[in-house]
Amino acid sequence: MHRIRTISDLEELRQSILAKRDPEKVVIGVCCTTGCQARRSGKVIDAFENEIREKGLQDKVEIKKTGCHGFCEMGPIVVVEPTNSFYCRVGTKDVTDIVSETALKDKVIDRLLWKHPATKEAVVSQNDIPFYKKQKKVVSHNSGRIDPTNIEDYIAVGGYSALAKGLTAMTPAGVVETVVASGIRGRGGGGFPTGIKWRICSSAPGDTKYIIANGDEGDPGAYMDRSLMEGDPHSIIEGMIIGGFAIGAREGIIYVRDEYPIAIQHLSMAIKQAEEYGLLGHDILGTGFDFTIRISRGGGAFVCGEETALIISIEGKSGTPRARPPYPAIEGLWGNPTVLNNVETFANIPKIVLNGAPWYSDMGTAGSKGTKIFSLVGKAKNTGLVEVKMGTTLREIIFDIGGGIRKSKRFKAVQTGGPSGGCIPISKIDMPVDYDSLRDAGAIMGSGGMIVMDETSCMVDVARYFIHFLMFESCGKCVPCREGLKQMHEILKNICEGRGQRGDIELLSDLAGVMTTASLCALGGTAPNPVLSTIRYFRDEYEAHIFEKRCPAGVCKNLFEYVINQERCNGCTLCRLRCPQEAIFGEKKKPHVIDPQRCIKCGICYSICKREAIRVK
Amino acid sequence: MDLKKVDSILEKHGYRHSEVIGIMQDLQEIENYLPQEMLRYVSGKLELNLTRIFDIATFYKCFSLVPRGRHIIRVCCGTACHLGGAARNLEQVKRLLNVEEGETTEDLTFSLETVNCLGACALAPVTVVGKDYYDAVHPGKIEKILSKYYPESKRLPDAQD
Ligand SMILES: Cc1cc2nc3c(=O)[nH]c(=O)nc-3n(C[C@H](O)[C@H](O)[C@H](O)COP(=O)(O)O)c2cc1C
Repeated sequence: MHRIRTISDLEELRQSILAKRDPEKVVIGVCCTTGCQARRSGKVIDAFENEIREKGLQDKVEIKKTGCHGFCEMGPIVVVEPTNSFYCRVGTKDVTDIVSETALKDKVIDRLLWKHPATKEAVVSQNDIPFYKKQKKVVSHNSGRIDPTNIEDYIAVGGYSALAKGLTAMTPAGVVETVVASGIRGRGGGGFPTGIKWRICSSAPGDTKYIIANGDEGDPGAYMDRSLMEGDPHSIIEGMIIGGFAIGAREGIIYVRDEYPIAIQHLSMAIKQAEEYGLLGHDILGTGFDFTIRISRGGGAFVCGEETALIISIEGKSGTPRARPPYPAIEGLWGNPTVLNNVETFANIPKIVLNGAPWYSDMGTAGSKGTKIFSLVGKAKNTGLVEVKMGTTLREIIFDIGGGIRKSKRFKAVQTGGPSGGCIPISKIDMPVDYDSLRDAGAIMGSGGMIVMDETSCMVDVARYFIHFLMFESCGKCVPCREGLKQMHEILKNICEGRGQRGDIELLSDLAGVMTTASLCALGGTAPNPVLSTIRYFRDEYEAHIFEKRCPAGVCKNLFEYVINQERCNGCTLCRLRCPQEAIFGEKKKPHVIDPQRCIKCGICYSICKREAIRVK
Repeated sequence: MDLKKVDSILEKHGYRHSEVIGIMQDLQEIENYLPQEMLRYVSGKLELNLTRIFDIATFYKCFSLVPRGRHIIRVCCGTACHLGGAARNLEQVKRLLNVEEGETTEDLTFSLETVNCLGACALAPVTVVGKDYYDAVHPGKIEKILSKYYPESKRLPDAQD
């Protein structure tokens, strides 16, 4: 282990890591983050390690655990260098072939490659897959390439050079002004200019200041922060140290969501390694600057993602927001000036410091600079994490990168910004995506969740879903949020269950007005967005529920029935045998029928029918 | 109550009041829930008001004040999972086990919980049992998944891995 004391130490170490590498050695990278692990990539890694050991190939082949490639739907993903073969859905049974064919003979295995759905053409390298073609990987560049649990891998690709540059070639004020000039805005939701926040905090009176990274990622449907924490933890740490230097803080805290055990593990390892290498702690790089980082685990409360609540939670209390001002930049942790930024914001900082503000502000639109990672999920064909330049249109993201809608269904809407965001309809599909355009469309950027919905998604149910979510997550401190959400939920539930009344839509709009104006924090203040945006663009669906007692999408249980399409059903009896209610009748090899009186709409028949003969009416 | 373990956790956190949430998270790992007498003991040791400890225990979703089953089923109800039919999956689990959210089966095999998002949205809908993730879950799959966690004699013949 090398303790790095000076800049030249760092450069020497980098050279020696690179020199140690055997260019002849084949590297098999296996993603080991949550998405791929959920699909048992851990077992794939074990199988590779066994195979290498048994065949005695330790000198020829290296197994590397990597972070996320973004195309999570195709996991477990394995990339073999130097052929650069991008293998999808790899299982333990494929391991022997990959080692004997690709690793030893440079032969690409066709059956494991991604195939174009229309042409069935197999694609070898990641960059040629349409999912990746329109992406611009800046923040997520390292993820999937390096081993996140090995600091030397990060250093080898230039890691901690930005820290070296910031600490020796720049002044704290110089760093702050670079961040201001880059135009970066916070990636956690509000989109406040990061440089301005740093400037305010650095000039705030006080000797003790703090840096806090917000890794709470409460927005359901978004997971880019998890992917960064798991796949490239050092970039966040490096950004935080630079931030500490810029504002004059000596302590940093990363607040991580409790539901992310691998993120906690990788960040802990990264902090420990950075300490061992002398990149965290006392007298960093011989500059006299001290900085430490510790992790604080969240407790599973959405509201604790809000900055004032998060700070109170770190102080060891139940995290309820307080009124602002004073903002945390003036009065934060333990009453001291605190810069609190999202983890993706911090991960951008090393790139900005290293490449300069003009490089960064060249990317993006007038009001939104750089790139943004979105979690493209829901009904798109290709789902996963995508990083694009600000200003890329929704159509490019959903149709070019996402490949359009699954099962040839029709696109209905895309939900951005989570519970504070809104649903954007097809008429706005050519809109360039940035902070301002999304806000004008009634949604927000939020942390970057992008949930695609098709004709089988009910927009009233989506509104009810978010209000239900927020009702449980409201801390209850202020009345407009606590009671407003409860009443809104009652109304929406009635509509979804067939008890909607004339005037409900207007009542929802009225309540929304009060909550927006009078809530203590943005949880309540933005809570009406999912309701208002669906009323604005999909009023007809509300009306169908209220006046016709009909759910056009077939989601609201009281408002539809399952029926069997007599032409499609071939009488395989699968549904009849599995129906828990014995509500399905029919003879073998003859079309079956469902008795609506007995049916409880559990959805089993619908989900298991191989001929898609079960429909909603 | 294993006092040694409790004391070593308090020690590890230096008895700091600011770390009480982390302390309680570590304590919960001992028995999968927070027994009352443990909280009373800790309150005395930390010289921290019991009210504050209960405030935290009831505010944060990760804490449980009642014993939980050997396997915790967490049905993800994030947005992508919801669109994929998480509600139908949740209902199916409830029907099969005859428990509601937050409850534990009588034989203490399972506890049923929902979670706001597990960050595995590309695999939606997701359900986790203990540490095992199941992706693209639909109501027809649930019985097989759960059967894996019963002793061999009670398992369905083709319980999936
Ligand atoms: C209810 C609520 C939940 C929030 N959750 C998060 C979160 O999970 N992660 C996050 O980075 N910001 C979250 N925020 C925004 C934070 O308050 C804060 O603005 C942000 O972390 C600042 O970092 P940034 O400027 O880099 O975006 C939330 C805000 C509210 C009102």
